[in-house]
Amino acid sequence: MISVKNLCKSFQGKPVLSDISVDFETGKTNLIIGQSGSGKTVLLKSIIGLHEIDSGEIWYEDTLFNNLEFEERKKIRSEIGMLFQGSALFDSLTVEQNVRFPLDMFTDNSPEEKTERVNFCLNRVNIVNSNKLYPSELSGGMKKRVAIARAIALNPKYLFCDEPNSGLDPVTAILIDELIKELTEEYSMTTIVNTHDMNSVIEIGEKIVFIQEGIKCWEGNKNEVLNSDCKPLNDFVFANSLAKRIKSASG
Amino acid sequence: MLRFLGQVGMYFLFMKKVFSKPEKASVYYKQTIHEFASLGLTSIGIITIISFFMGAVITLQTAYNTDNPIYPTYLIGLGCRDSIILEFSSTVAALILAGKVGSHIASEIGTMRVTEQIDALEIMGINSASYLVLPKIIATLCFNPVLTLISISVGIFGGWVAGTMSGVITSENFIYGIQYAFIPYYITYSLIKTVFFAFIITSVSSFQGYYVSGGSLEVGRSSTKAVVYSSVLILLFNVILTQLLLS
Repeated sequence: MISVKNLCKSFQGKPVLSDISVDFETGKTNLIIGQSGSGKTVLLKSIIGLHEIDSGEIWYEDTLFNNLEFEERKKIRSEIGMLFQGSALFDSLTVEQNVRFPLDMFTDNSPEEKTERVNFCLNRVNIVNSNKLYPSELSGGMKKRVAIARAIALNPKYLFCDEPNSGLDPVTAILIDELIKELTEEYSMTTIVNTHDMNSVIEIGEKIVFIQEGIKCWEGNKNEVLNSDCKPLNDFVFANSLAKRIKSASG
Repeated sequence: MLRFLGQVGMYFLFMKKVFSKPEKASVYYKQTIHEFASLGLTSIGIITIISFFMGAVITLQTAYNTDNPIYPTYLIGLGCRDSIILEFSSTVAALILAGKVGSHIASEIGTMRVTEQIDALEIMGINSASYLVLPKIIATLCFNPVLTLISISVGIFGGWVAGTMSGVITSENFIYGIQYAFIPYYITYSLIKTVFFAFIITSVSSFQGYYVSGGSLEVGRSSTKAVVYSSVLILLFNVILTQLLLS
């Protein structure tokens, strides 16, 4: 489990996150939702230590993460997998080399064992016959799936996904959502997903945190999100005309 | 002024991060070999071409500006040799490499920064500064002296070709000139300067790329800054090293 307590973060004196407290549960897909610019990505990057926080606490199980030095954070970071918004695959490496990279860096496995693990991870995300391709030769959906394969290569305990569906067509977006949910259950990971895709919210939101202007406004699950009386959340969830029509049709 | 001092402080902190213990030596070794090819071998062509023509021009200019019966013609060969060894193959070649290698490094690392590839390394628990920059520094420190030796050889050859083909000096006189009053320490001096300049080019350009924020426009700007700052520092250290090594 990851616990965030009273987290505050500002940039050049301008507060971006104010007093955020939330628990992200193990084996569940935890979603952070909110409008663009609401502070979702800053929260995610603060939790994984890419941004140093102003105050508050970030706990990975019983370890206070934000007080650790770079070297001390390495152990926890070796248990983290991350899917970036733009995939962040290494341009100069092939698909196979990208997935193999964390294995080369952190394991002493034989080359055969590494190749076996790479192929297993790529098969798991349905990437076949693409081992020798470079990221520039892949579609957006394939890049995301390769990035997921790289993220799970070391059997992480924690998986972070920053807007995994951005720039993808609805069908591919659903596939990515399903993949994240399946992997979370399969490896019993603590998964945190940043999104503003309402389909993701309905499909995989086992726990949902709604952020607006850097403040946590609402917390619940996918069954509660459509019936909340939190006005900012309703304005966000029913922002598009399709959602409004469905809501009015269902009374 | 405060901003400048802040940048200098950041540069030294960056260097501390770069020279920390590597995560896995075997991976760094492979990366260093890759950088030898990427930064060193690909520079041989441009260094060879420029050195050849620079040697040729130095020979012709020396010949036409010392057209006096008092001066023996073999001094043309001597002038070409010393100009190439003392200044061209170390300093001018370093300025050219600042343009080619410096902009390459800054844009490569800058693009990795804006596309979150550096964040991906950090999240894996890898010291990104060390992983990306240390192999480049080792590769250039080892390979640039080789480039300098190639430059010296090709530059003097270029001078011989231009001198003999234009008829300003005979082959025998040119060869006598390049052997006359030769001081081997000049080669050492040139190689010492090259090592310093290689470090400046790689570290300054990496620093510019590593701290890029924004998008492609900022990557372009960092690339330009890398070349400008590296060039200025090369010229400054050229003066300092010359005073220290030749005085």
